[in-house]
Amino acid sequence: MGEIGAYVALLGGKLRSMAAYRTSFAIELLSNLGSTVLDVVTVFVLYRATAVVGGFSLAESLLMTGLTAAGFTLADMIVGNIDDLKRYVRTGTLDTVLIRPLRVLPQLIFMDLPLRKLLRLAFGIFVYAAALVANHIQWTAARALLAVVAPIAAGVFFGAIFVLTASLAFWWVESGEIGASFTYGGRDFTSYPITVYGDWFRDLFAYALGFGLVAYQPALALLGRTDPLGLPAWAGYAAPLVAAPAVAIAALVWGTGIRHYRSTGS
Amino acid sequence: MIRMQDLQKDFTVRVKAGRLRREKRTVAAVDGVSLTIERGEMVGYIGPNGAGKSTTLKMLTGVLAPTSGEVSVLGLTPVPQRTRLALRIGVVFGQRSQLWWDLPLRESFRLLRHVYRVPAAEHEARLRRCRSLLDLDAFLDTPVRQLSLGQRMRGELTAALLHGPGVLFLDEPTIGLDVVSKQAVRSFLAELGATGDVTMVLTTHDLADIERLCHRLVVIDHGRVVHDGTIEALHERYGSRRSLVVDLDRPLPDGFTLPGATLTGVEADGHRVTFALDTASAGAAVAGLVSAASVRDLSVVEPDIEDVVARLYASA
Amino acid sequence: MGGIDASVLTISPGRPLRASVTTFGALVGSGFRRYATYRQATIAGSFTNIVFGFLRCYVLLAVAAGAVGGRPGGYDTAQLATFVWVGQGLLTVVGIWGPPDLSDRIRSGDVASDLLRPVAPVTAYLAADLGRFLHAVLTRMIGPLIVGAIFFTLAVPTRWQTVPLFAVSAVLATIGSFGCRFLINATAYWLHDARGPLVLWTLSSGLLAGLYFPLRMLPEWLAVTLWVATPFPGLLQTPLDVLVERDPPVQQAGLVLLQACWAVALLALCRLVQHRAERKLVVQGG
Repeated sequence: MGEIGAYVALLGGKLRSMAAYRTSFAIELLSNLGSTVLDVVTVFVLYRATAVVGGFSLAESLLMTGLTAAGFTLADMIVGNIDDLKRYVRTGTLDTVLIRPLRVLPQLIFMDLPLRKLLRLAFGIFVYAAALVANHIQWTAARALLAVVAPIAAGVFFGAIFVLTASLAFWWVESGEIGASFTYGGRDFTSYPITVYGDWFRDLFAYALGFGLVAYQPALALLGRTDPLGLPAWAGYAAPLVAAPAVAIAALVWGTGIRHYRSTGS
Repeated sequence: MIRMQDLQKDFTVRVKAGRLRREKRTVAAVDGVSLTIERGEMVGYIGPNGAGKSTTLKMLTGVLAPTSGEVSVLGLTPVPQRTRLALRIGVVFGQRSQLWWDLPLRESFRLLRHVYRVPAAEHEARLRRCRSLLDLDAFLDTPVRQLSLGQRMRGELTAALLHGPGVLFLDEPTIGLDVVSKQAVRSFLAELGATGDVTMVLTTHDLADIERLCHRLVVIDHGRVVHDGTIEALHERYGSRRSLVVDLDRPLPDGFTLPGATLTGVEADGHRVTFALDTASAGAAVAGLVSAASVRDLSVVEPDIEDVVARLYASA
Repeated sequence: MGGIDASVLTISPGRPLRASVTTFGALVGSGFRRYATYRQATIAGSFTNIVFGFLRCYVLLAVAAGAVGGRPGGYDTAQLATFVWVGQGLLTVVGIWGPPDLSDRIRSGDVASDLLRPVAPVTAYLAADLGRFLHAVLTRMIGPLIVGAIFFTLAVPTRWQTVPLFAVSAVLATIGSFGCRFLINATAYWLHDARGPLVLWTLSSGLLAGLYFPLRMLPEWLAVTLWVATPFPGLLQTPLDVLVERDPPVQQAGLVLLQACWAVALLALCRLVQHRAERKLVVQGG
């Protein structure tokens, strides 16, 4: 209980700090919204040239884009700022975090929760909901449940990817933008039907890394389409099954990273 | 209170060897340090840059894990029991802030009360004491980013003490401060130390901090302890003495000697002389001088610890 | 406009040209060396560029597969692949998302020392940015280009003038990008903090410069408006269109000319803004 109070206090500190920069906050709120809007606009622009991309119509693609946007923005808002671990390591902020009587990861998350991404999350959910409507889905109990669980599972999965790629900074402080290849890159990957990608590239991102089960497969299950790539129908419901191990792996790597930091101090 | 036994911390560094090849080399930042610090002691921990001061402090606070050896603080092992230990120690990093940059000090303190789960009454009592001793009231409602370095350091000290720690670690608490702020910080720490409730370990480059605050001085160089004892013991060991500087109306008569003291300097055509006090007390030396010469003014100069330490570093 | 351009490149009006050129060259050199120390960042950055290259290229090729005549926006598949892969390299070369040095210096007050130097600030910053450009040309183009060529069929230029035109266009794009960023950063002289404008810049520049999709895929009236009324297409889209020979020779050269006009106008505007800012600094003491 006491510990939860502490995290609430950290979050409160973040909120009050932001109040000092109302204008900046408003601009960042809008621009974060803008960046997700542009992602969706891009899909519309691409479909101007053709009615079908990778075997899927605009509405069908938008379901994947919306599912991705909702899940990704959820993850980005909660743990996205862990990206800054590089800076925390370089400037020694991590040391100040380590001398407090709280766990490191929740502390970092609540100290700097990026609430400027709030509108973006709302927009992500809106796109997802609009795509659900636009596709005339034949609702069943299973599909209704999936429609709710899928974006959450996607969020958990992307959150794990954020933590995983940020952990790289424990070993490689100068890793720069490499994490973005898998966080933002992963988002771009799942925003389109995975049928568009070349074989080995798709195998790597979709199946080896698990991104294929996050948006594409649940979208197929919601649409009632069979997978042209040949995965069975139950794969549409497998998103939580990749989210759980992803979290476990992320937790493991994070813990190892903290231990590594403590043995090398840099 | 604090125990270190054969404490060792090795870092692996990559050294350039040729154009592209890099060699791994192991460097001992802390090389077999054994120290015991008792409750209520104030220990100055000094050494040249890169001697291993901060590394030791990081191992004591649970930030870094030792390569080998044992360390315990308040009966806890820092790394595995980090969060429990954190509730009972206070840490001030001179070059890093514990405070919320954009919030007034008052807010930072309030947040820290929740982070450390301090009962409201205790929190109030400690804050009141710090406010009066450190004169915080004038800037308690100013955002931290607008504070001067001295004001901020006073805030950092308060932040480190609000949960009533039994041990206080201070990493260069006076770095970059102006003279007045340094004095304020020192007298506050002296007062805190006088209560005997708080054990303090402080690293510094400013030896005036040590002279003012610490009865015990630990000098570390290349990761090893090269001196552990009082400042007096350090002076004794390195032959530094107090000296007597005397302004005279007329130069001293030829062949004048002062028992137990050595003439070490003559300036201003003999109108100013300096004696190093070997065995004589200051009183005896002054009496001897006044009886033999016309003394206008005199002062006793304490040995300069900076000189001693500089010599110590050079010899180590 | 020509006159303004000439004065922009003059370092100190009273000095002989050769001395000015030497100074400018030295500044370019130091900009180059500054980036040469970030070797690991270069590797990490190239990796990221390559991953995004794959993502964008596959999507665009899938669009082409379904498009009428297989030519979305008038590009064939080889042209699209080239557009994406060279674009991934050019992104860093042009430096659309370059470091916010100037606004940092304004906020910290260090900018005052820029005024004490014998070189005009705009010139000095431009020189440093060209140093960054040279370093990026040598290090950041190669990775995406090789990977793109291995995994996709790229378009090879058929006209003799294409490669030199592309080189000129890339330099103009860098100058244009520099000018835009300087102006965005310079808002800190008045706003104290360029964070808001920088965020808007990051947001709009990628899309409007043609990073996410070729601007030719937009409705024609919109594309033309962007080209003429904004500097954005000149930052990425123009050099890429020149390289893939999207247009007939005359229009190809015309695009570069338009880009040059924008570069000159932007530099002139930078001079003007810096001049105003200096007057404000001198009068108000920062």
